[in-house]
Amino acid sequence: MRTKQMLVALLTLFVCPYLLFAAGTVSGKVTYTGTPARQKPIDMSKEPSCAKQHATPVTTETVVTGPDNALDNVVVYVSSGAPDDGQVPAQAVTYDQKGCQYIPHVQAMHVNQELKILNDDQTSHNIHPLPKVNREWNKSQPPGTPPISEKYDKPEFIPVKCNVHPWMHGYFAVLTTNHYDVSKDGGDFKLPNLPPGKYTITAWHEAYGTQTADVTITGNETKDVNFTFKAKPY
Amino acid sequence: MKSRMICLSILLIAATAGSVLAQNAGISSGYPTPRNSFSPAERTGHGLYLRYCVLCHGVYGDGNGDTAPFIDPKPRDFTIATFKCRSTPTGTLPLDTDLIHTLVRGVETSNMPSWRPLSDENRTDLIAYIKTFSDRWKTEKPGEPIKIPPETPVDIASIRRGHDLFQKVECWKCHGQQGHGDGPSASTLTDSKDQPIRPYNFASAGNDARFKCGVTNEDLYRIFMTGLDGTPMPSFADVIQPNDAWDLVHYLRTLQVNRRSKEREVLKAAGGPATLKTPENKSENNSPSNSTTLAHSGGR
Repeated sequence: MRTKQMLVALLTLFVCPYLLFAAGTVSGKVTYTGTPARQKPIDMSKEPSCAKQHATPVTTETVVTGPDNALDNVVVYVSSGAPDDGQVPAQAVTYDQKGCQYIPHVQAMHVNQELKILNDDQTSHNIHPLPKVNREWNKSQPPGTPPISEKYDKPEFIPVKCNVHPWMHGYFAVLTTNHYDVSKDGGDFKLPNLPPGKYTITAWHEAYGTQTADVTITGNETKDVNFTFKAKPY
Repeated sequence: MKSRMICLSILLIAATAGSVLAQNAGISSGYPTPRNSFSPAERTGHGLYLRYCVLCHGVYGDGNGDTAPFIDPKPRDFTIATFKCRSTPTGTLPLDTDLIHTLVRGVETSNMPSWRPLSDENRTDLIAYIKTFSDRWKTEKPGEPIKIPPETPVDIASIRRGHDLFQKVECWKCHGQQGHGDGPSASTLTDSKDQPIRPYNFASAGNDARFKCGVTNEDLYRIFMTGLDGTPMPSFADVIQPNDAWDLVHYLRTLQVNRRSKEREVLKAAGGPATLKTPENKSENNSPSNSTTLAHSGGR
């Protein structure tokens, strides 16, 4: 009887913390098949202060690829299985305008998280996101002015443009989860700190749409999930 | 023969009566019938909308009326509740009075006419109805109107500071150095629905010159401080100090070369537009970088 109690105590001591604190990771790579549309060269000659910041020719960033058919700028996030805990990160995400380009091209954030928009150029930009379900605004940001602080209260993928520099295009990905990543450096992504459970992982690309994959995390483990988009002309 | 005529007459009367009945019931017209939940004002506004607005703004208020393909710029899409002419900050809903002013005034350089002949009550009912097209009106309150300080004196110093501000915040990129709407970015501008749009040409009209959202100096102040949502014209409220905005108003008035104004008289007396650019005057009135200060400039 005593041995049995000892066993239960030991199990409780070692197994419960494991279950409580176990956290898995979903990682993988985003790739494409087919031939992506050729990106268009950008002529910045009308904006010399930006043109001189680029040693090599600049192209549009609608499709950014890497070696071995890697696809960057894909938002990969947990779309179901991890209920939104409603915790809005205290730290703001930033979106920079530098060399008349948006850095990063796609910025993901949690609903109601602070978004700070910077202008590191020597020219005025107007930052003009074009949401459908959130409210639309349009603000001028001359050089030397402080960051614009905004937030979005509904999930949405929002195209962003600068009317003054028509080649500037980017995206805000407003999500109801903190489990997200944007593929970079050869299509890689990683979603850490996932408690045991069943999840749906969604991958979104601005030109190629969305894909989903189901995955089950049982403990401290890393599950590989890869996404392959079909490149298409647009 | 006589019986055939009687039969044909009965058929014709029946067909006409059927059509009228169906239209009154809102069925064969293809127009939606008023919802039971409509307030009396919305119900009246619905009828007025079908009479005066539907051809351009469409049955569903989405700006896709029958005439929309032939209109430039496109009619407003009420389903997204984004409005150009507001007294409220960019991104916020306008006040009812803002929408009523738009109805009274019409929108210059567009196909939207003045609806001044309608009664005040009718205009109020129309506004009540167009607000049913978007749920934003149920979940959000209109913004707080921007505060406009009393107009500063119109003198050459103010016009010079306005000229410097025009350069500093780069209004000329779209509107051009002479305000002709021909800046380097002008030809590429599109509105929020990706339709080409032209910047305002300050020199285009005479003494009756109107802006999209008004005619007075205060209207002009409001336009660039709130921005024209849905268009490339941004809000400058975060970057131009309230009093400096009056300097920009005074300078912009001098670009209206076909309109008599106090601003043009003051500029003419001081030596004309060339005086704004001479190094002599800049040294008297400080360089652009010193004479105007952007709001909160100086760092992050």
